Amino acid sequence: MEKKVMKDKVRVADGGDDYWWWLVHKGIGAIFVSIAIFALIIRVGVSFHPYSGAGNPPKFGDFEAQRHWMEITLNLPTKEWYHNSSSNDLSYWGLDYPPLTAYQSYIHGLFLRYFHPDSVSLFTSRGHESYLGKLLMRWTVLSSDALIFFPAVLYFVFVYHNVHSSISKSDIAWLIAMLLLNPCLILIDHGHFQYNCISLGLTVGAVAAVLSGKDLGACFLFSLALNHKQMSAYFAPAFFSHLLGKCLRRKNPLLEVSKLGLVVLGTFAAVWWPYVHSRDSFLKVLSRLAPFERGIYEDYVANFWCTSSVLIKWKKLFTTQSLKLISLTATILTCLPSMVQQIWAPSKKGFLYGLLNSSFSFYLFSFQVHEKSILLPLLPASLLALEVPLIFMWLTQFAMLSMFPLLCRDKLVPAYVSLFALFILIFNAPGRRRPKRNEDFSATSILLVFGSLCSFILHIVYLTLSPPHKYPFLFEAVIMCLCFSQFILLTFITNLKQWMLKKPAKLKEIEKKLI
Amino acid sequence: MEEQKKQKLNDGSSLPSSTWQLWWFFLVASCIKLLLAPSYRSTDFEVHRHWLALTHSLPLSQWYFDETSPWTLDYPPLFAYFERFLSVFSHLIDPQIVHLHKGLNYSSNSVIYFQRITVILSDLCLLYGIHRLTRKLDSRRQNLIWVLVIWSPMLLIVDHVHFQYNGFLLGILLISLSYLEEGKDLMGGFAFAILLCLKHLFAVAAPVYFVYLFRHYCRGGFMRGFSRLLIMGAAVVVVFAVAYGPFLYHGQIEQVISRMFPFGRGLCHAYWAPNFWVFYILSDKVLAFLLRQLGFEIQAPAASFTGGLVGDSSPFSVLPQIMPFTTLIMVLLALSPCLIMAWRKPQPKMITRWVAYAYTCGFLFGWHVHEKASLHFVIPLAIVAVQSLGEARHYFLLSIVSCYSLFPLLFETQEYPIKVLLLLLHSILMWLGFSAQFFETAAAAATATVPRKKRVDNSGPDSSSNAIIEKRGFVIGWVEKSYLVGLAAVEIWGQFLHPLLLGDKLPFVPLMLISIYCAFGIMYSWIWQLRLIVRSLEL
Repeated sequence: MEKKVMKDKVRVADGGDDYWWWLVHKGIGAIFVSIAIFALIIRVGVSFHPYSGAGNPPKFGDFEAQRHWMEITLNLPTKEWYHNSSSNDLSYWGLDYPPLTAYQSYIHGLFLRYFHPDSVSLFTSRGHESYLGKLLMRWTVLSSDALIFFPAVLYFVFVYHNVHSSISKSDIAWLIAMLLLNPCLILIDHGHFQYNCISLGLTVGAVAAVLSGKDLGACFLFSLALNHKQMSAYFAPAFFSHLLGKCLRRKNPLLEVSKLGLVVLGTFAAVWWPYVHSRDSFLKVLSRLAPFERGIYEDYVANFWCTSSVLIKWKKLFTTQSLKLISLTATILTCLPSMVQQIWAPSKKGFLYGLLNSSFSFYLFSFQVHEKSILLPLLPASLLALEVPLIFMWLTQFAMLSMFPLLCRDKLVPAYVSLFALFILIFNAPGRRRPKRNEDFSATSILLVFGSLCSFILHIVYLTLSPPHKYPFLFEAVIMCLCFSQFILLTFITNLKQWMLKKPAKLKEIEKKLI
Repeated sequence: MEEQKKQKLNDGSSLPSSTWQLWWFFLVASCIKLLLAPSYRSTDFEVHRHWLALTHSLPLSQWYFDETSPWTLDYPPLFAYFERFLSVFSHLIDPQIVHLHKGLNYSSNSVIYFQRITVILSDLCLLYGIHRLTRKLDSRRQNLIWVLVIWSPMLLIVDHVHFQYNGFLLGILLISLSYLEEGKDLMGGFAFAILLCLKHLFAVAAPVYFVYLFRHYCRGGFMRGFSRLLIMGAAVVVVFAVAYGPFLYHGQIEQVISRMFPFGRGLCHAYWAPNFWVFYILSDKVLAFLLRQLGFEIQAPAASFTGGLVGDSSPFSVLPQIMPFTTLIMVLLALSPCLIMAWRKPQPKMITRWVAYAYTCGFLFGWHVHEKASLHFVIPLAIVAVQSLGEARHYFLLSIVSCYSLFPLLFETQEYPIKVLLLLLHSILMWLGFSAQFFETAAAAATATVPRKKRVDNSGPDSSSNAIIEKRGFVIGWVEKSYLVGLAAVEIWGQFLHPLLLGDKLPFVPLMLISIYCAFGIMYSWIWQLRLIVRSLEL
């Protein structure tokens, strides 16, 4: 079947019946530029909408947090950034990301100070909100996206096209659009306000480097990603296992591993330089990065701990200390199969699946997960969009639903609706070959229609009805349960798919029995 | 809502595919339009909101007398009926929108999204017009036209950010043109009459319509011609009677007309539209300066153009003052070659070009022209742009220039990236689309002479024979290229260098530069179109 699909694609590439020929005939560069400009327009459009915590004192939201970090990094010496003091009250949006985020805040702070000094002055700018201030902050995200995420995607697409050279240019164009027009990422970064584009962009760059065989570069880029947001560790097992598996197959495994280790250590040392001189300051920063006191889950995130807490009150049954251990064990256990597969038989496709599976197990089972963390499994899924379009579509749909309550609070519903519709439209762009509906697909398609229907009804219900007084968060809980069930199902399927890469015949039988 | 769209998508496979593709383009555009809803909106937004309130709260007899707000009703009656129709829904959504006094400058989310969505929905009219005009073309031409019209950055800027209903009105124009192209003259004339009663500025093309319909529809002997003239006349009269009848009944025609034609507004708008009068004003200034240098006593004009307010006194110091009547004569003079052509050889396939030419003349020589009026010819010209390489080259330049001339409409910093990115995307898509279109026709011509050695494939021009073909494809000459580079230079000067070097001095210079520079481009386009029309006269 794989070969047949390939043949079809070759036919499209040769024939003149390609619908998007007019767009793609000048090569990948021209495709990328036009889609990138389109994606930028969409991002600018979303940036007109409100940000999280707009006009909502005293703590505001993520927008104020990021602005506050600019204020702190700009006005205090580097050593005091993570240090509680009279001028740096850590209980008011204290820095809780690794130093690279702090440096990024510093650079953006310089930009803000040049055009609008009031917006980043120490103390007096707390809760600063103005037309120009919003605009400048939005532009810092836009520029980070355009300077880091976009080039990384271009790099990835070039590498991907080299690996699978038989893929038609229209399909490549579609893949670029899927990567650059991911509604979740755009809404969180340019609507809600965060800088995920930086860490995710660095990760995409690292993935592309791995695929093109530049392992040292990949280590460097991924270490940077880890130092921008510690959540990038969701991908660490996949990087670790794939690179280890590759090294073990080389002549001198120990040398190869130590080379990679040195690059990682070197990058970390460079980023942490101001804090590695004394043990005390190092530990202080470290403790800021792991906020265990916030509990195993917050709000209504669609992961295992929060969903099962409807039945089992984890927080009452166990202490935080034991919960830490339990969640760590669960995470490691669930990502172990995919790691073993990669160490055993490292492959490019398997690596992408490994990224997806390890980030899924972290999202579902690790300690202190936020609903925005669904962006992390979504990234490898979008990298795999051409391989498994249905899974990607499915995941995006429920990732959007899982963030819907959050985006509603941010008053981003119009942006949500238009981006969701745009995603579905571009996913189903005319002239695009749909995945063939075989017989064993019919059960899946019923499930798909049913799921979409549930999600649609939940959207409407959430917007129009008010929940009963007894259960004020009833709808959030229902959304959470639905999303969790889908995520767990997808994790199962993708793990299976990864293992099928190695031994297709044997596992196909198992799969048939299961379905 | 997204689910509904998805549903449509799933149905799409069973529909004729080209209809679904057209819908796809339209829905993608609609998503962007919806996304831009919270962006800057001009006073036109409040103008249209006030008209909703006015038509909803007042009896018809007072519509053209109301002075609650400075934004009095100055569109023809059919548009007022359209606003009355919309006001029914706005009343259901939020009664404050249509409250005559409480609604003034109302700006809650309900009114913003309501009005924005009415514009998005009224673009269905444009969709239908484009569907009618392109349904017989091949798929690649269709695609190109859809990109040019449905994804037009000018429409997005003017209608969905600045706020107006041009997409709706141009849709009716395109419907009328499609009927004429099919030879259904009566329907074409009827649609045009409706358009005139919606917005009278479209009347510039009326002479072309009149001559064309007179010669094309009312031909074939005296009796047949005369009876057809009567039929057409009856159709037009019915439309006008429906529109103006109630006001005629109340004896308010004079008032309606005086509201619709405010000639007191002066020759040029506060921001000069890039037309002929820019050169006229400029040469007046230069002449006055030169004469003063030579020792003549030249009085500075009492009224100034850059000041915005223009009264009765002449704003010119040397050249004669321009009256509305003068502009009318000039427009008709400029139109005359086209009218002669339409009289001699009324061909359906030429009508779109003639109408576009008429609007170009109106834009160049008209009285108090807005920069937005360039839409009236850029959109219809998109239909003919895909026909030949020369047209495509002309359209490429014209479209960029006229879109750029709209930049001053969105003057706030927030929208700056939007307008620049839209123009960039439009230029790239045009370049890709035109080069694909004309690369292939050039290639087809080449393969006709050379035996079919190799089909042009996706990888583009990789062999030497393909490189030769490429040269015959879509290439822009060096004059056009340097003009476009100059456009970028004007923008960089106005946005960055001028504030940096001169500060607050001479604040009108950047806008004036845009007007003058774009005026060259539009004049070029006018001459190009005129040449094309005169040439076809000689044949």
